Amino acid sequence: MPSKGKSRTIKVDYMARVEGEGALHIKLKDLPDGTVEVRDAKLNIFEPPRFFEAFLRGREWTEAPDITARICGICPVAYQSSSITAMEMIAGVTVPQSIRELRRLIYCGEWIESHVLHLAMLHAPDFLGYDDAIQMAQDHPQVVKDALRLKKLGNDIMTCVGGREIHPIAMKVGGFYKTPTVEELQAFLPELEWGLDAAQALTDLVATFEFPDFERDYEFVAMRHPDEYPLWEGRIVSNKGLDCELAEFFDYIEEEHVRHSTSLHSFIKARGEYHVGPMARFNLNFDQLTPLCQEVAEKYGVAPPVLNPFKSIIIRCVETLWAIEESIRIIKGYTQPDAPSVPVAPRAGRGYGCSEAPRGICFHTYAIDDKGIIQDARIAPPTAQNQKSMESDLALLVPTIGHLDDAALTLKCEQAIRNYDPCISCSCHFLKLEIDRE
Amino acid sequence: MAIRKAPKLAVWKFASCDGCQLSLLDCEDELLAVAGQVQLAYFPEATSAVMKGPYDLSLVEGSITTPHDVKRIQQIRKQSKFLVTIGACATSGGIQALRNFGDVEEYTRYVYAHPEYIETLQQSTPIAQHVFVDFELRGCPINKMQLLEVLNAFLNERKPNIPRYSVCIECKRRGTPCVMVSKGIPCMGPVTQAGCDALCPAYNRGCFGCYGPMEAPNPEALSASWKSMGKDENDLVRAYRTYNAHAEAFQRESERHAQQR
Ligand code: SF4
Ligand code: SF4
Repeated sequence: MPSKGKSRTIKVDYMARVEGEGALHIKLKDLPDGTVEVRDAKLNIFEPPRFFEAFLRGREWTEAPDITARICGICPVAYQSSSITAMEMIAGVTVPQSIRELRRLIYCGEWIESHVLHLAMLHAPDFLGYDDAIQMAQDHPQVVKDALRLKKLGNDIMTCVGGREIHPIAMKVGGFYKTPTVEELQAFLPELEWGLDAAQALTDLVATFEFPDFERDYEFVAMRHPDEYPLWEGRIVSNKGLDCELAEFFDYIEEEHVRHSTSLHSFIKARGEYHVGPMARFNLNFDQLTPLCQEVAEKYGVAPPVLNPFKSIIIRCVETLWAIEESIRIIKGYTQPDAPSVPVAPRAGRGYGCSEAPRGICFHTYAIDDKGIIQDARIAPPTAQNQKSMESDLALLVPTIGHLDDAALTLKCEQAIRNYDPCISCSCHFLKLEIDRE
Repeated sequence: MAIRKAPKLAVWKFASCDGCQLSLLDCEDELLAVAGQVQLAYFPEATSAVMKGPYDLSLVEGSITTPHDVKRIQQIRKQSKFLVTIGACATSGGIQALRNFGDVEEYTRYVYAHPEYIETLQQSTPIAQHVFVDFELRGCPINKMQLLEVLNAFLNERKPNIPRYSVCIECKRRGTPCVMVSKGIPCMGPVTQAGCDALCPAYNRGCFGCYGPMEAPNPEALSASWKSMGKDENDLVRAYRTYNAHAEAFQRESERHAQQR
């Protein structure tokens, strides 16, 4: 029991089950009436800076996809897609439909792999009270086995289309170095059909979890495409009036450098913090989901606007199901392109690329000269964009659970951060929890 | 008979993209079996459980880039019976070692509004430059089958069977016609260590050296053939300065061409 009238510090020095290095530091005061007051809530990102934007200058424009992939081993296809499409904008090329479809397919592979890794192996243990998925496997062996099988399916799709699952080598500006045959892709259909059931079974499980009663009126930001659930095309929109082209991104969004983080904090100039990722995509693009996905979501009362970040785990299941359906659609309609890529030539200019990484929009802009040498590079990764929102979640959540002892409080705070599937390696191109009761 | 306690495995992270440790979680078919043979004593990306050292085997991902990490790696070495580095970041400084050829202060000003908040070293350096390393596993990212081989070898106290010959040998074995000879595509395969199963040439692209230098490479000869294919000094500097730029053989060759441009 926290003693009344006292101050506490809650610290997590190195947060587990997230990608990268980060810490939490929360300062709070237990008031005499039994409530708590949060003095400060910080997400301390101490992932060492790697200076990608700086050393991209002087590199060839065609190197950006392979180099920026190394910002994050969990979502390399997001970095490759954003950089490739930015460069194609500069070159003024549009790739044929068959190549576009293959890009969607490898992106679906990444969503399946990353979502299942996070929801089943990193986030579910929070809800079920385990340290990790391996411990969870002792009581729920089938759940963990099916999750691993789904994750492997995502990885296998990435490997088939991209050559390997981590830092694929087959994508380039203009298309692919080599494309898979129809037979190679059709071989995935039986496993994808199994995946349809497995993803629904996973949704049935996570929907029974206990969710804290916590909702916020977020500004959600995601991409929006006229006819499809978004991956990298369309406009950047929000539920509070943002609606811009990629080229206008930094007209509306600013990045701020704060002392406690090696990752820049993004905010909307006119209004402040915003939220990117599965909840944002789902709330802004529900109408573009397949009827099956809409039905599965609605079965569990998950319909836009979803405002409880803890329920993002259900949305990750629904998006996994979507990625499986989309993969099936693509594979059934696939014909191998005549040429794996279209020719590209550099010209001086600036281009913009934005794609929906599993954890939210990943924005890139580059300027190149007429020889194709990169002159300037800016990258806004999803976790950096979510940082302010994560800190506010903590500041608002803690007073509702201040009666908990430090250990239980710490666990809930970590879980609140994991709602974002933060990728700390990305954001620096983040986690340690510190709760300070004064 | 005495029951041997399962060995304690620890996974540590320095400056990196997490891709190499993700390779362990990507062993979907083997993960539960591996977890049954070892105690995951420290692996924050996967588990909140933490066991105190000493550890039987430490896998280290990432390079040393901050004053704090210089001290941290010493502590980890002291607590580890065997220490194996995984990936290009840990074995040669990684892509972030491109700073070693630039001006870090200027880099910091370019990326951050408040350079004074940033604590970073001039150079990104491999783990072996700081502590004794029992084995270095190469690749950006590592190959998960090679990782399983290394785990098996150390858990059974034998030498890992990881060849140090070039990517060319794997192309021959796989039956991929040489992309330099048959398609005129410049390739780093002749100086790059095998382990990826010669992936890029099988996809009609030249190797870009992500596994780092092979044992006793001959980069001068390779540079000469790149030049005969129309590549200039700037191209060569870039080619040797990617994911293993701080590896000695690649560093020396890149400097040679940097001086000539
Ligand atoms: S070696 Fe490559 S894949 Fe491995 S951690 Fe470093 S950047 Fe990532
Ligand atoms: S061929 Fe070269 S660049 Fe490609 S994966 Fe192998 S070592 Fe890396």
